[in-house]
Amino acid sequence: MITAGCDIGSLTAKALILKDGKILASEVILASAQPEKSAIEVMRRAVEKADIKMEDIEYCVGTGYGRKHIPFMNSPESEIACHGRGAVWQVPSARTVVDIGGQDAKAIRVNEKGNVERYVYNDKCASGTGRFLEIIADSLDIELNDMGDISGQSSEKLTLSNQCVIFAETEIISLVNEGKEIADILSALHQAVANRAASLARGIIVEPDAVMTGGVAKNSGMFWALERALGMKMHRVDNPQINGALGAAIFAADKIEGLRQ
Amino acid sequence: MFAAGCDVGSLTSKAVIMKDGKIIESVIIKSKTRPWESADEVMGIALSRAGLTMKDIKSCVGTGYGRDKISFIDEAISEIACHGKGARWLVPSVKTVIDIGGQDCKALRLDDKGNMMKFITNDKCASGTGRFLEVMAKVLNLNLDEMGEMSARSKKPITFASACTVWAQADVIQHLNDKVPIEDIAAGVNNAMASRMATLANNIGLEKDVCMTGGVAKNDGVVNALEKHLGIRIKRIRREDPQIAGAIGAALFAMEKAKGGVL
Repeated sequence: MITAGCDIGSLTAKALILKDGKILASEVILASAQPEKSAIEVMRRAVEKADIKMEDIEYCVGTGYGRKHIPFMNSPESEIACHGRGAVWQVPSARTVVDIGGQDAKAIRVNEKGNVERYVYNDKCASGTGRFLEIIADSLDIELNDMGDISGQSSEKLTLSNQCVIFAETEIISLVNEGKEIADILSALHQAVANRAASLARGIIVEPDAVMTGGVAKNSGMFWALERALGMKMHRVDNPQINGALGAAIFAADKIEGLRQ
Repeated sequence: MFAAGCDVGSLTSKAVIMKDGKIIESVIIKSKTRPWESADEVMGIALSRAGLTMKDIKSCVGTGYGRDKISFIDEAISEIACHGKGARWLVPSVKTVIDIGGQDCKALRLDDKGNMMKFITNDKCASGTGRFLEVMAKVLNLNLDEMGEMSARSKKPITFASACTVWAQADVIQHLNDKVPIEDIAAGVNNAMASRMATLANNIGLEKDVCMTGGVAKNDGVVNALEKHLGIRIKRIRREDPQIAGAIGAALFAMEKAKGGVL
């Protein structure tokens, strides 16, 4: 049985192909302005990588903010449900999932089957989302993907006094002008984003084991900052960014099994 | 007898010199990196224009976010207190003051005698502050005055999904790409500002008369939008520039101090 999940986010589009409980292939591309095009392109690449044909996919579930625009999906599923399901598949002991995306942050409590029990999310304020990191990377002229490694070299502890992205950007520019090290500034930035995400997560009462998903989890500086903010060890997942697409593909497999019965 | 007030804000610094209860000089400059440099410069200009030196000033009060760094003041007093004092001097019937600063917004309620009853302030989020307008004006490539004029011509103001400055900025760029008329975007920006300010003001319970202080009070687009949101008329300050209300309040406190009054 071959199923697929397609997750169209604000910044990236993800596709994943599942065959009999194993990941055949996954792809992540930058999302274009047209979600439909992103969906077709990312799925085309995943199918090619898996060395199958589009017709081999028996069922495809779509998720992410652009899920309604995926032309080839059979049914949509919420991001919350997909992230919960994907995380428990990756880490069976996971009960809390903190997902930081490009434009939102979510905290989800799940049971042992990966079903959602409670959740909370923020898409109203850019602080605590990936956009905070993106804006600062841009103004400091640093690659988003390098931020984690650079912050790892931090030696002096700095604290940002502003939570608002707009005010924090000004604060960071003055720290640079004062001659502070970029590594120390980035470390403080990671802590600020993590603190915000952690206070969101506390709203659902964080139960171990906790995992971090979403593209931001690839940044090791963010991962450690979130551990500090939550005051607990977290589990790493191998592929945090495709977690939503994975959950979608698992839902797709459920659908096929449901149809067969 | 001369008394002075100096208000060092995040974006602009203001100085007011009073003589026997009348303003004889007021100056507004863009703030420098260091608050004490702003204070020295703005007060220096005011003094030289008035033909005075610091020795002539019997008492001087500082206010604004940089007030503790001002070298020449006798006392530092909070912005809230100074804005309340200044607004009441400008509009004696005022009960509710909404002050929009470069990086914050405040709403305060005064009783019949001008005593502070309640206040609320937001300096945690850029939305609803001068910074929000500044960010949007930059994206639209307009100055703040133009934004007010433009918005008056709008027939279909845009709306924003979220109050966050970051998301609103992205929305504005999207609307520009979609060729939405600039006046509709400008009007949407002013409405968003007003809606955020109205939430703050409603929090402390609105009572007539209402007036607005701070530089944004000079932007008709925002003031008109706020009137609509609050469903109440806002008394325009005509006597002086609403941007110097805080410095006027500081100067009035200095005056009382010089007379030996209790602050």
